[in-house]
Amino acid sequence: MTPHAQNRTLELHDVNRRFGATVALDNVSLTIASGEIICLVGQSGCGKSTLLRIIAGVDLIGSGRILLNGQEVSGPLRFVEPEDRKIGFVFQDYALFPHLTVEQNILFGLKRRPKQEAKARVADIIAHIGIEHLTARYPHMLSGGEQQRVALARALAPQPDILLMDEPFSNLDRGLREKVRDETLSLLRGLGTTVIMVTHDPEEALSAGDRVVLMKAGRIVQAGSGYDLHDRPVSAYAAEFFCAFNRLSGIYRDGHVETAIGRFAHELDAVEGTPATLYIRPQGISVSTGSGPISGQLKSRTFLGEVEQLAIDVDGLETPLRVRTMHRLPPGTQTVGLGVLPGSWLAFPAI
Amino acid sequence: MISAARSWPRGRTGARWLLGAGIVACLVMLPIFALLLQALQGSAGLWSHLAATVLPVALADTIILLSGVGLITAILGTSTAWLVTAYAFPGRRVLEWALLLPLAVPTYIIAYAYLDILHPIGSVQGAVRWLLGYSSPREFRLPDVRSMTGCILLLGFVLYPYVYIPTRAMFLTQSANLIDASRTLGISRRAVFWNVALPLARPAVAVGVSLALMETLNDIGASEFLGVRTLTVSIYTTWITRTDLPGASQIALSLLMVVVALVAFEKWARGKQRYSTGAQRSRAFEPRHVSPAKGLVLFAAGLLPILIGFGAPAIYLVNEAWKRIEFAGLSSRFLSEAFNTIVLASAATIITVLFGLLVAYASRLRPGAATTWLQRLSTLGYAAPGTVVAIGVLIVLATFDGFIDRTVTAWFGVSTGLLFIGSGAALLYAYSVRFLAISAGGIDAGLARIPVSFDHASRVLGQSAAGTFRHVHLPLSKAAITAAGLLVFVDCVKELPATLLLRPLNVETFATHLYGEAARGTYEEASIAALAIVVIGILPVILLSRMGQARH
Repeated sequence: MTPHAQNRTLELHDVNRRFGATVALDNVSLTIASGEIICLVGQSGCGKSTLLRIIAGVDLIGSGRILLNGQEVSGPLRFVEPEDRKIGFVFQDYALFPHLTVEQNILFGLKRRPKQEAKARVADIIAHIGIEHLTARYPHMLSGGEQQRVALARALAPQPDILLMDEPFSNLDRGLREKVRDETLSLLRGLGTTVIMVTHDPEEALSAGDRVVLMKAGRIVQAGSGYDLHDRPVSAYAAEFFCAFNRLSGIYRDGHVETAIGRFAHELDAVEGTPATLYIRPQGISVSTGSGPISGQLKSRTFLGEVEQLAIDVDGLETPLRVRTMHRLPPGTQTVGLGVLPGSWLAFPAI
Repeated sequence: MISAARSWPRGRTGARWLLGAGIVACLVMLPIFALLLQALQGSAGLWSHLAATVLPVALADTIILLSGVGLITAILGTSTAWLVTAYAFPGRRVLEWALLLPLAVPTYIIAYAYLDILHPIGSVQGAVRWLLGYSSPREFRLPDVRSMTGCILLLGFVLYPYVYIPTRAMFLTQSANLIDASRTLGISRRAVFWNVALPLARPAVAVGVSLALMETLNDIGASEFLGVRTLTVSIYTTWITRTDLPGASQIALSLLMVVVALVAFEKWARGKQRYSTGAQRSRAFEPRHVSPAKGLVLFAAGLLPILIGFGAPAIYLVNEAWKRIEFAGLSSRFLSEAFNTIVLASAATIITVLFGLLVAYASRLRPGAATTWLQRLSTLGYAAPGTVVAIGVLIVLATFDGFIDRTVTAWFGVSTGLLFIGSGAALLYAYSVRFLAISAGGIDAGLARIPVSFDHASRVLGQSAAGTFRHVHLPLSKAAITAAGLLVFVDCVKELPATLLLRPLNVETFATHLYGEAARGTYEEASIAALAIVVIGILPVILLSRMGQARH
């Protein structure tokens, strides 16, 4: 799904950024279409926040080019100051100015506009986001969720071409987080805003974005839809980032990976007879009482409500298999039969 | 390759601020370089002459004075800090801030006051004689305050707050948990001070003592009034009485060497100890309640340094000033001095705060090795005693004045004379060099409390770096900037050595007036000037005590 040339909002070409000896961004190239919602995901220190900052222009690139609406904003020839980029930014700590009221905070980005127009715009965005009751308050008088909405309103007020959000929901309580996230995203979709959002939460990344960009050590590991990254990861790292797989070592032979619990069909770009690792999803293993084609001893069971998590010792495996199942085993069950559901495994050459 | 070579785009944010900070750093370094150059240019013969005459006495006196003051301030500062943190007794809260009061009394004023208070035919000695049954000073008198011992004691009693402040902070923040832990390990309350609290506080004591000793090195009035010939006094007399600039700059260089030794001593005394507060917030120290009788004794003990360092001289000055005003009213001379003092100090404060803003904000905009070094160089002046800075400034501006005079004479046939030195610009320059550390440090600390995300938010919302400064940093660090400005202002009012050396002809400030009268041995209006300085000097004490309260 390469975006069409006309509606490319943002292009990054071979962007590099170093801090001393650490490489924060390593040849990152990415194109984002207008109206897309992108989730940048990765562990802390993978460079995702740096990427956001260099797009905003509050940090510099080492080499490469960044184009906004076809115009170079960071590159060898030009550097457009952040105030001239028409980019909105919602910071992880929200960065609401404590000496200004909510209304003044939102007005802050509209100083270049005529007063009447600015006032009207502020009233507009305040009504749209539904924070009329907060306008006269100061940031320290707001709850976390309210601060988040004010930060969003402030970033959207100048009608930026792109909205950047750095872990915008991580400061919220767990229960509140999903509600605020859903509201925020449906609002942004309604406005047709182009959004790049950074998160370290795999679930949030999969659910929130049109496109997910997984990063590791300054590089893009994989970019695609949530389904692509979850179901068809290109590497073991990508696979394990989104799912807590069971890892089984085996040998690649004749289009199959041979393991202690059987042969699993999976085409690999590998030499016959070389070691490979099989990845089985915990929810892709079925359990039943009594013995089956594969059988094992129930070692522990943790009831989580919707599902139950089981650890099962299987002969020939060093670590117990982890299984997430909705099937209720009777109390006192010891021996269980196991089956692996089709499509619930992956394989990669062993490193 | 091309892009890598040009990775710093032109017009990058903060380039102008960086340039400004660079100019400030150069301005600060210039007098020190000039001093080095001048001192090295002096003939070898002059060195040996100095080494044979002035230096041995001056160096010996300086070192004895430093050792004595170091010892007294360390003992007074640490014991008073422990007194108000470890014990709960009535009046402790009052002592906590009152112990800062001697800071309001400059060294030359305490010497001035005690010279009169303890005069052999003064009322104090008279009372002592009456108590002991003597009738004349010839039969009995207290040891003369005009001595090395007198100087050490008097300086110790006004400079100990430099040790008290950091040591008390260390006791409050660092030791609570550790002291509780050591007590559960079976160490008695008394032994805790020696075995835990004191070793823990050592870096704070070292910092405090080194600050107190910097002040001692800077002092010119007290040493001179009390007959101690330190290096600082020698520089002053070499320049004033002999107009010998190479000689003065060579002694100044020796003094600078002592400062370097002092800084090295501080580093050594701090040792390798790096104390970090644990992950959890440190608990406040729980003071021990004592019996009322013991409480009274402790209160009296805490009151003693305040009485000696502040109470007695303040009462004396109020009394003398009142007598004088009743007798002659406020003279026009006093009013013109007040005007001079305030105008000079205000102008210097404005310059110093502006420079401080430039240096601190450049560091914020472009963090990195360059700004770190610029900041370090710009704040170097604080370690240099006033006389050293003054001699350096004198060399720089004399060269400048000469150059301008020659140029203007050659082009227009008019002599400009001593343009900078004659106008007081030299004095403002010296004040800024010396006190830039206070303003840059204070402003830097204020800016550090503002999250960097605020800068980014403002930039992304359409403000330039300068606009961000105006709309975000300035309103959020107003208090810190004001506080820094106040500290600079008060220090300029109190400053004596540079003012003496660099003031324009016939311009007197409170400090120079006091010095003049004390040097002549006359006690006319000086008490009013001294009182004015002390009253202004109380302002930062109030500020400091409020900052101390805010931390709880």
